[in-house]
Amino acid sequence: MTTALDLSNLRPGFHDPVKEGQAAFRVILDAMSNPGSLKSLSLAAQVPEDVGSAAGAVLLTLADMDTPVWLKPPLAGGDLSIWLRFHCNCPLTLDPSAAAFALAKAAEALPDLNQFNLGDAKYPDRATTLILVLPALTGGETVRLQGPGIETQAEIAPCGLPSDFWSVRTEVNSKFQFGIDLMLCAGDEIICLPRTTRTLEQGS
Amino acid sequence: MIESKLVDTRQRQEWMSILAKAQPNRVIDLLRGLNPPQAEVLRSPEIGMVMVRGRAGSDGGAFNLGEMTVTRCVVRLETGETGVGYVAGRNKQHAQAAAIIDAMLQSSDLFDRVQSKVIAPLKAEKADQMEIAALKAAATKVDFYTMVRDRQG
Repeated sequence: MTTALDLSNLRPGFHDPVKEGQAAFRVILDAMSNPGSLKSLSLAAQVPEDVGSAAGAVLLTLADMDTPVWLKPPLAGGDLSIWLRFHCNCPLTLDPSAAAFALAKAAEALPDLNQFNLGDAKYPDRATTLILVLPALTGGETVRLQGPGIETQAEIAPCGLPSDFWSVRTEVNSKFQFGIDLMLCAGDEIICLPRTTRTLEQGS
Repeated sequence: MIESKLVDTRQRQEWMSILAKAQPNRVIDLLRGLNPPQAEVLRSPEIGMVMVRGRAGSDGGAFNLGEMTVTRCVVRLETGETGVGYVAGRNKQHAQAAAIIDAMLQSSDLFDRVQSKVIAPLKAEKADQMEIAALKAAATKVDFYTMVRDRQG
């Protein structure tokens, strides 16, 4: 028997789940297929814990009872987890390696990427998709990208990532086909980086 | 923060059951007659299915009786009460009306009026319907008497 949810602070999700879910799915698909491109995902309702519309819309669209969601500890057990359990009916897990989706506000110390599920030989797609909520997706240090979905090179400049983030990511994604797919979100903006996208060293 | 009525679970289950099984138009009309407060929709009415379970056999084992169409909705009143409507059938307005009524019944100010103008009439109508059905069924009852045959010799 599951515990009853406290609905007193619950906020709405999608107003029209079918249409809005399909529209959001298309935006996420475009973002993941064109890595490094900046897309917009808005939501009429305010998402709890200030994680922003983009991260909220991603979870409303993609999370369901088959996708365990891991929330970085300050977020776990609060209004956001109630919102997700109500609207997505997704299981919440404290075990990062069991997570289909993980959400962290990068302001607090980033989780160790190695803790997550990197996929397995039979089902590499079961790796964790990490949603990082950042203060902004422009204005930070420039990173150049190359790989499937990018014609030549792309550039992004997200704020709020630690200096070693890109090298850690490269290392975690080094054993293709295993790795972590990333969604960088700030407000209603999103940039997706599948594990196949490579970051280029400065000056190369 | 408005004082919410401390809701007795059994009482809430009873009114939710009455709202769920009532005729959709009756619930919608009764709510309209109350001049209901504004409600923010937290979950838009959505139609789905639930598996109804039953118990049978001497050991009361559970089994799946069948799937039932259910429409659900969650609203919040300006005064803060959160109302949940789960109704039989596909009528979205019925689900929303049931949710608004559920929320109003959780408010100390509105409880008495809603109870007397919505729940009590629906409960009485349901009791009348069940009595009529029972009487009709009783009229078809056949009493079998064992025929005692004359014994030979």
